[in-house]
Amino acid sequence: MRFSSKATTLLILIAVIAIAPVFFPSSYYFRVGSLIFVNGLAVTGLVVLIGYAGQISLGHAGFAGIGAYACALAPVHLGLHPALAAVFGAALSATIAFLVGRPILRLKGYYLAVASLGFGILVSMVLSNEARLTGGPDGMAVPELGLRGVLRTVGVDLSNTEFWYAFSGLVLVLGAWLALNLYHSPTGRALRALHGSEIAARTVGVDVAHYKLVAFVLSAVYASVSGSLLALQNKFITPDVAGFMHSIEMVTMTVLGGAGSVLGAILGAVILTTLPQVLTIFQEYEQLMLGLVMMLVMIFMRQGLLPSIARSVRGRGE
Amino acid sequence: MSLLQIEGLGIDFGGLRAVHDVGFSLKPGEIVSVIGPNGAGKTTLFNMISGVYAPGRGRVVLEGEDVTRMPPHLLARRGLSRTFQNLQIFQSMSVLENAIAGHHLHERGSVFADLFSLPASRRRSKASEESARVLLERVGLGRAAEQEAGSLSYGALKRLEIARALALKPRVLLLDEPAAGCNAVETEEIDHLIAKVAAEGVSILLVEHDMKMVMRISNHIVVLDHGEKIAEGEPAAIARNPRVIEAYLGAQATEVQNADG
Ligand SMILES: Nc1ncnc2c1ncn2[C@@H]1O[C@H](COP(=O)(O)OP(=O)(O)O)[C@@H](O)[C@H]1O
Ligand SMILES: [Mg+2]
Repeated sequence: MRFSSKATTLLILIAVIAIAPVFFPSSYYFRVGSLIFVNGLAVTGLVVLIGYAGQISLGHAGFAGIGAYACALAPVHLGLHPALAAVFGAALSATIAFLVGRPILRLKGYYLAVASLGFGILVSMVLSNEARLTGGPDGMAVPELGLRGVLRTVGVDLSNTEFWYAFSGLVLVLGAWLALNLYHSPTGRALRALHGSEIAARTVGVDVAHYKLVAFVLSAVYASVSGSLLALQNKFITPDVAGFMHSIEMVTMTVLGGAGSVLGAILGAVILTTLPQVLTIFQEYEQLMLGLVMMLVMIFMRQGLLPSIARSVRGRGE
Repeated sequence: MSLLQIEGLGIDFGGLRAVHDVGFSLKPGEIVSVIGPNGAGKTTLFNMISGVYAPGRGRVVLEGEDVTRMPPHLLARRGLSRTFQNLQIFQSMSVLENAIAGHHLHERGSVFADLFSLPASRRRSKASEESARVLLERVGLGRAAEQEAGSLSYGALKRLEIARALALKPRVLLLDEPAAGCNAVETEEIDHLIAKVAAEGVSILLVEHDMKMVMRISNHIVVLDHGEKIAEGEPAAIARNPRVIEAYLGAQATEVQNADG
């Protein structure tokens, strides 16, 4: 089986999202599922940035924060419908990513990591400090999306958790489809080329600075939409969404699952979203176990979980 | 008129004069070889011409336009393409994808079309894939298309770089030791390939240690030693030049005589 192929990935993703609810014993699982999809979306964006283009960002939660607070603020102050507010947030994130990305993407490796980290901290500071607008560290309420009510009028009656499971799942599939399209496209090849060898990419005509910026802006839009979805389904938001820990979580999920593949990174989101719940049986050792799992995966499966497993399965078949 | 003109080109690394006051020119369809011992400055010269290094002195003129210090991707748009002595392969891509990636300037379009896989985007990808397969056949890698690039031998990767550079449809092609690591049969194939590409009107600047090949296919040879041009001329004259023999050809004299005969 080729995990990289577009159809296979989409099929697996749709099948799992559609079939999983059959095994859900309570509505709590729908809630965990939609959290996985929200994280999965942000992580899919990071696959474009990290996996395709080979660039790092430790500040992408900043864009999630922009997307989240756009949904909280734009309906109140600009009179936008919450759905339009999410689109507005994505456009704002893209603009900011364009402006921030230009100077910082000239940096490489850990210099880029630190610069992007600074950006993330800046956003979360602004959100915490502008208390009059954002409610500060206590957070603020987010208006209802209203789509569930519309569905009810056409005869589709979903509970709140069911609706957000289905809706986030749908957005994730759409996001995955776009990222997979990109992979096999001229733009995707340019990104992967500059990842493989910047110098060779330049000599075949790739404007490296431009394409790094493309990857940065795209991944920022993914993070922004992910933040919007989180805000809309929780109906409440705090500056933590833009925090350092959230940025680190995103990158960890991506790299742990396998930054090179969309399905791998989403698997990373599944594991790191559910593992803390599972590991509660270890009680005070929960964080310890989580750290141990992360270290072991990176030591023994440098490519990330899914690509490493796929490779060993293929290796045995031959 | 010359297609590529190099004038007084030079660069220093710290105290080291890696290249100094090198000049020559290249006409359409001509094969010019740059030879000289290891460390003579051949690769550094290529790096300056292709925009990888910014020269400290001199000019590079391409089709009458001063392109000194122009970044490589803009030189590529003007039809200048190259391969690398130390391989620069896109390791995580297949052989075919490496060759397709060489078509970047022909296949690039809107990111939007690529994201939504619009017909225009798919058409561009398909066209570059077809062309890439032809190029792979041309360099003898047709059957390796689906393999991971990392799995190829050194000699095969050298040829993959040539295919990738040809994908640009260049007017000037810089080849840095294309036959290194290739066996006799592969070397002869590369030899034929270079001659054929030149016959189609592409100007070729070649660095190669295989003197049989250099003497056979070059129209003109430039000899570098310690960063400076010590001689330049037709192959036969270069082979007889006492200074060249002393600096470089001495060790390879027998080989050259064989090529002459
Ligand atoms: N980036 C660099 N920094 C410092 N020295 C360099 C650099 N590139 C090349 N050199 C030096 O320049 C000289 C010429 O090297 P090079 O052009 O690679 O020679 P050739 O290709 O003829 O074997 C060598 O002494 C080499 O060490
Ligand atoms: Mg060299």
